Amino acid sequence: MNKIAFFLSAGLTCLSLSVPAMAATKIQWWHAMGGENGAKLEQIAKGFNASQSDYEIVPVFKGNYDETLTGAIAAFRANQQPAIVQVYEVGTGTMMAAQGAIYPVYELMKDEGEPWDQNKFIAPVVGYYSDTSGNVLSLPFNSSTPILYYNKDVFKKAGLDPETPPKTWAEVEAFSRTIIKSGAAKCGFTSGWISWIQTENLNALHDKPYSTKANGFGGLDAEFTFNNDLTIRHWGNLKKWQDEGLFKFGGPVGGDNAPPMFYSQECAMYMNSSAGRAGVINNAKAFKVGFAPLPYYDDVIKQPLNSIIGGATLWTLKGRPEEEYKGVAKFYTYLQKPEVQADWHQFSGYLPITEAAYKLSQEQGYYEKNPGADVGIKQLTRVTPTENSKGIRFGNYVQVRGIIDDEFAALLGGKKTAKEAVDSVVARGNQQLRDFEAAN
Amino acid sequence: MQTKRTVFPNKVLPYLLIAPQLLITVVFFLWPAATAFWQSFLRQDAFGFKTNFVWFQNYRRLFADPLYMDAFGHTLVFAVSVTVLSTMIALTLAAAAMRVLRTSRIYSTLLIWPYAVAPAIAGILWWFMFNPSIGIVAYTLRSMGISWNHLINPDNAMVLIVIAATWKQISYNFLFFLAALQSVPRSLQEAGAIDGAGPVKRFWTIVFPLISPTTFYLVVINIVYAMFDTFGIVHATTQGGPARATEILVYKVYFDGFIGLNLGSSAAQSVILMVIVVALTAVQFRFVERRVQY
Repeated sequence: MNKIAFFLSAGLTCLSLSVPAMAATKIQWWHAMGGENGAKLEQIAKGFNASQSDYEIVPVFKGNYDETLTGAIAAFRANQQPAIVQVYEVGTGTMMAAQGAIYPVYELMKDEGEPWDQNKFIAPVVGYYSDTSGNVLSLPFNSSTPILYYNKDVFKKAGLDPETPPKTWAEVEAFSRTIIKSGAAKCGFTSGWISWIQTENLNALHDKPYSTKANGFGGLDAEFTFNNDLTIRHWGNLKKWQDEGLFKFGGPVGGDNAPPMFYSQECAMYMNSSAGRAGVINNAKAFKVGFAPLPYYDDVIKQPLNSIIGGATLWTLKGRPEEEYKGVAKFYTYLQKPEVQADWHQFSGYLPITEAAYKLSQEQGYYEKNPGADVGIKQLTRVTPTENSKGIRFGNYVQVRGIIDDEFAALLGGKKTAKEAVDSVVARGNQQLRDFEAAN
Repeated sequence: MQTKRTVFPNKVLPYLLIAPQLLITVVFFLWPAATAFWQSFLRQDAFGFKTNFVWFQNYRRLFADPLYMDAFGHTLVFAVSVTVLSTMIALTLAAAAMRVLRTSRIYSTLLIWPYAVAPAIAGILWWFMFNPSIGIVAYTLRSMGISWNHLINPDNAMVLIVIAATWKQISYNFLFFLAALQSVPRSLQEAGAIDGAGPVKRFWTIVFPLISPTTFYLVVINIVYAMFDTFGIVHATTQGGPARATEILVYKVYFDGFIGLNLGSSAAQSVILMVIVVALTAVQFRFVERRVQY
């Protein structure tokens, strides 16, 4: 074969190979999953792309949740938006208010003739993302809930039973004291997400209202009311425990410093998202990890309610060519498949968001092989959610979370008492709610 | 100054020649500046569906907001600390480099390296070293009995960003000081030495006045650097925390605009910053030209 013929045939082969790929409609999916979860997410997209040839989902990593949300909004304003964007739970209020920009998932599925049954989802997940008439607006994808991780080896060294995690805050305190006194670890416990875990979930677990208007589900004119005795007492305790060395602050927002303190066995217990499970297991090679529900105050409530969720959902943005939406709907159907969901759940530690995926994981024997992997889902579904434990929904809530971190740092720094700090969060937070109400 | 006036007959060519520069100024400065100015009078939802014209409400809100006033305070403390520290340290190093210059150029090359580091990387570097859980400096400080936790201690956090910002700027200042010192005629110093002045006296009475234009230029540049160019450092080390104690003005623009999605307020803040830059530039031109001794 002479050279020219070789190159010609090679060129023709390339062309013929690229033809079907070019025919597929490309659909942009902006997401905020880095690291191991990001790689898994790309696998999921590949799985869908391989399952059919008309559409190609193109996942694009856009940084953390804040960056992804603001990036998508900026893109929308410039008319360059992706069809799908992953938005975290605190951005829900912002997205819901943007009625001209979003294509609610229930409408999309109906318009495109794809099957849609929102009763398939686990109740606390679906409740978080529904409008006032109960329609789900965004597709639940990665939901998580906070749990307690603890170091079984340290428990044993301190003379505690490694199979008995603390149930109440009084036990967390007592166990921490024992651990430090025995020299098994330098610190009792740390926590990621002061806002999500030690404020929002605290109130939900104890059946306390977070705000008026059904935690914000009832309208934009809600006002925060979580400056109650419980929050003030708990924040006061955290400050007291910090001063005693029982508790160590893991930093603002997600608390970047909390995981290393747990991994390095500096702190014996650690509260964070169930989605941190993969990371915890990978980093805790030197010790055994236990998983437990979040602690509560047994003098406030006999039986704690369900925790509330975090994580993100997939929002569909308007203004893309018609054929892309067909593909989006097909992709959403694919994402809801029990196999896909169960795989994602088992890999990442995010919750199985459909009953079918939970059941499939049970049938596969996943929870027997991985004891503790179902702590989150059990905690989430242990009671029927009340108005106080259904979740929260506020505009400008990203800023409010920032305010919670600010005031919590002021408390720990000794600048404010617990009551002053919590009252200040509520006052400043309400200002944010009024701003959002005025702008929308 | 003697001037030779040259008259170019072509009326169009000069405009054509400066057109590219003008175009860049319009596209990258005037247009965004005008947009910011316009947006500072608006209140918008994040997606831009509803826009209200609210006159000066964004500005009024800002000046009524104690947090904004605090941000001014932090910026002042930060900019003054960084400017004083980085010029003083750079001057000391440059004076020292003058003594060894003929034997070793490695010394000055090494000093220039930090300037090549991106602000965010510099921030992360210091964040690692001072991290209360994993940082080596925090560990050393603790073993010396000094508690360090910039996550809850506002003063620690301020010290951290000052160190990071200063470290990065020293190289730049060093280069300018070294060049200035090299241009001071040796004969003047030798004359001073013959008259019996010691090295310290010679430095402050002969050398320092001669390099005062450079010093003044660097002071202005450093203030501008600390106020506007340190976003990456703050973002990577403290993110404005704890309790917004290290939130300098530029960081607040970003936080309110990009995280908070409050575009009106963010635009108003940018306009205020623009006014500050214009004022600083005006001061520099006026004083460098007239007041500084050559």
